[in-house]
Amino acid sequence: MLEIKDMVVAYGRVNAVKGISFEVKQGQIVTLLGTNGAGKSTTLRAISGLLKLASGEIWFEGERLDGLPAHKIVERGIAQSPEGRRLFRQMSVEDNLKLGAFSRKDTSGIRAEMDRIYDLFPVLGERRSEAAGLFSGGEQQMLAIGRAMMSRPKLLMLDEPSMGLSPIMTQTIMRTISELQADGVTILLVEQNAQAALSLADRGYVLEVGHIMFSDSGQALLGDDRVRKAYLGAD
Amino acid sequence: MNTVIPDRIKIAYRYPARAVGAAGALLMLVSIFLPWAYGTAALDDMSYYGAPSPLQLCFGVLALTVLALLTIPLVGKQRLGKWAKVLAWNTTAKTASITALITAAIAVTSVAVELGGLLNVEIGGWLVIFGGVAAVASTLFLPDSPEPSLDEVKSPKWLQILAIVVLMAVALFAAAFALGQVDAGAFLTFGSFLVAVVMVLRQFGVFGWLGMAAAANNRVLVISAFVVAFLFPFTQNGSNANMSIAAQVLIFAATALGLNIVVGLVGLLDLGYIAFLGAGAFTAAVLSESAYSHFNFHPPFIVTVLISGLVASLLGLIIGAPTLRVSGDYLAIVTLAFGEIFRITMNNLDGNDGPDITNGSNGIPDIPDLNAFGFNFGQPHVILGIDIGRFANYYWLMLLVIALIIVVFTNLNHSRIGRGWVAIREDELAAEAMGVNTFALKLLAFAGGAFLAGVAGAVKAHHDVSVTPDQFIFLESAFLLAAVVLGGMGTVMGVLIGATILKLLPEKLRFFSDYRLLLFGLLMVVMMRFRPEGIVADERRQLEFHAEDEELAEEVEEELITHKAHLNPEREVFEL
Repeated sequence: MLEIKDMVVAYGRVNAVKGISFEVKQGQIVTLLGTNGAGKSTTLRAISGLLKLASGEIWFEGERLDGLPAHKIVERGIAQSPEGRRLFRQMSVEDNLKLGAFSRKDTSGIRAEMDRIYDLFPVLGERRSEAAGLFSGGEQQMLAIGRAMMSRPKLLMLDEPSMGLSPIMTQTIMRTISELQADGVTILLVEQNAQAALSLADRGYVLEVGHIMFSDSGQALLGDDRVRKAYLGAD
Repeated sequence: MNTVIPDRIKIAYRYPARAVGAAGALLMLVSIFLPWAYGTAALDDMSYYGAPSPLQLCFGVLALTVLALLTIPLVGKQRLGKWAKVLAWNTTAKTASITALITAAIAVTSVAVELGGLLNVEIGGWLVIFGGVAAVASTLFLPDSPEPSLDEVKSPKWLQILAIVVLMAVALFAAAFALGQVDAGAFLTFGSFLVAVVMVLRQFGVFGWLGMAAAANNRVLVISAFVVAFLFPFTQNGSNANMSIAAQVLIFAATALGLNIVVGLVGLLDLGYIAFLGAGAFTAAVLSESAYSHFNFHPPFIVTVLISGLVASLLGLIIGAPTLRVSGDYLAIVTLAFGEIFRITMNNLDGNDGPDITNGSNGIPDIPDLNAFGFNFGQPHVILGIDIGRFANYYWLMLLVIALIIVVFTNLNHSRIGRGWVAIREDELAAEAMGVNTFALKLLAFAGGAFLAGVAGAVKAHHDVSVTPDQFIFLESAFLLAAVVLGGMGTVMGVLIGATILKLLPEKLRFFSDYRLLLFGLLMVVMMRFRPEGIVADERRQLEFHAEDEELAEEVEEELITHKAHLNPEREVFEL
């Protein structure tokens, strides 16, 4: 579904992503693991069209995406819930969701989508007219995911959804992610919480300073010594 | 101020405090029947015994307010019933005495300045100050009231509508009275009185209720506001001076509303906005039948207006297309330079340094009055026995323009495009990630705002009779921005109020024109410190400036409960 070929992304003269290739297949959860500065968020931003590629190609459903502006990429069916949630804090829940659907113009479809998200996260529905900034971290993450879902994406990219959340909240969010997968959404997940991410993932890629070091199925990586040492805190 | 005196002392001394405060208020009341000045020239002549001048009557109103606020609670909590709780008696008494004292100080200072020394202040002037000090000092000893909650009290619809209509009528009367004050001191004193009334009503909870009523009867509010604005020329009986100021206020306000889209909604800082007004004005001047225009194309006004708007938006696109990709500080610098480039270019289009279009620094004088809709705007006429002069015609034209702008603005603000704009303001990257075409939307805002300024400029050219480059200096851009920020970014009502204040004050206070900028600087600093969201707060922006609530909510798990409690501190336990 999504295929990245030899992608290089640079901030000025510094290459943050140094020629990576990977693939996300229809219906999968794929996770990118790595420490800070490994290039995970850069990868997602490049796919979203927020950053330009220095070289390489991005293909999505047989169409080349790199070079397209961000709003065109959302129209193609890729949505991102960015790192740090980046909600519109002064806007109500409802307005945040409507912004998530900015690329759509079918009013009734948007309404139905919104109701679906209120079903998924009842707390958002109960307080739909309150400003997003007034919600707790976990609720804000729900809203961030809900907002990204509003464009009815084929591929949903989540950047560190567990960041700053309590273990219980993290579990809730991870459960939501697997529910979304069951609904047929393909998910590209960037996480620092390797344990949580790998237990969901069909496939995982481990990034280090802009390179993919190795990849395998989620279960295999959970058992992999190198992963256990570096990301799961095992000796 | 609330914490200086411990609550224990406040509760112990509340009755003596009431007595002293009431005595102070009585002194203020008595003072209006005494002369305040030895000379007749100061303010509106306060030199008589037993015959208060209109301004002194204003003080009477303030004094009675303080008196009532201090004495009515004496009947006790039981008899006041719910009114003890929903109205903020004590805090309002404090606000009323402080604002009364400030207003009195302004009046007395004006007397001293205008007549040449404190010697000219008569017994009444000293008495009102003394009474004011007594009232302020004693109200500091009153226990604080809970936040008023009048807006939660149910009220019949007819009462709400009546209140809105009365408010509008009072506003009309106050505006006419304020404009009628020729004396700078009198204008300042009356202005301060108005501020006092507004602050008292706000503190007492009346404004909260009015806000609720206004929101519930939005259409009534808008229509009555326009009726009042429409009626305004009838209160002036052909006074050209005041109607000219009023028309200028509306031209300024229309431009500020354009800037409000760019700054208030999208959050792009534009420091050269006056250039768009200038572009509209020069376009209309060149297309007019002025003998000094070098063009022989004189379309009807409606076409001229459209061309002026389009020329301005074309400039907006030209300046926006390359610069809107950069953001923040760079945009501010580029627009600042653009404003100056526009002015200098207009100066140079004089036949020597470039083609002769604008006659250089002489500009285009002798622009004839508008002749549109089968109606000559220069012609005064009489309606219902009241003279309606040339400027009133322009005033009504601008009123129509502003009405259109408001309709477009409100619809945009609540549309998909408006939401996209606000999203760009709040977090451009997130907006982009959501699929908002940020560049196109920013360009649209730039061109749209410029169009409005261009339209205002076209009317301005005819209203002012001549257009010269030096009307469009940087200072004017700064004033436009100040009007938007002071009034309340992103709101219509706020920007209208801000534009009125910023255009009206300099006209009325020519008296100390040397200190004008100093005063505005001070005003802005004070506003940014105490009310950064502006006079009228945009509902979407409230949170931005009150981050404590936000952080509080984030820290505590049960933020809903916490936030509610924060807004309404314990209502049950309090002392009158």
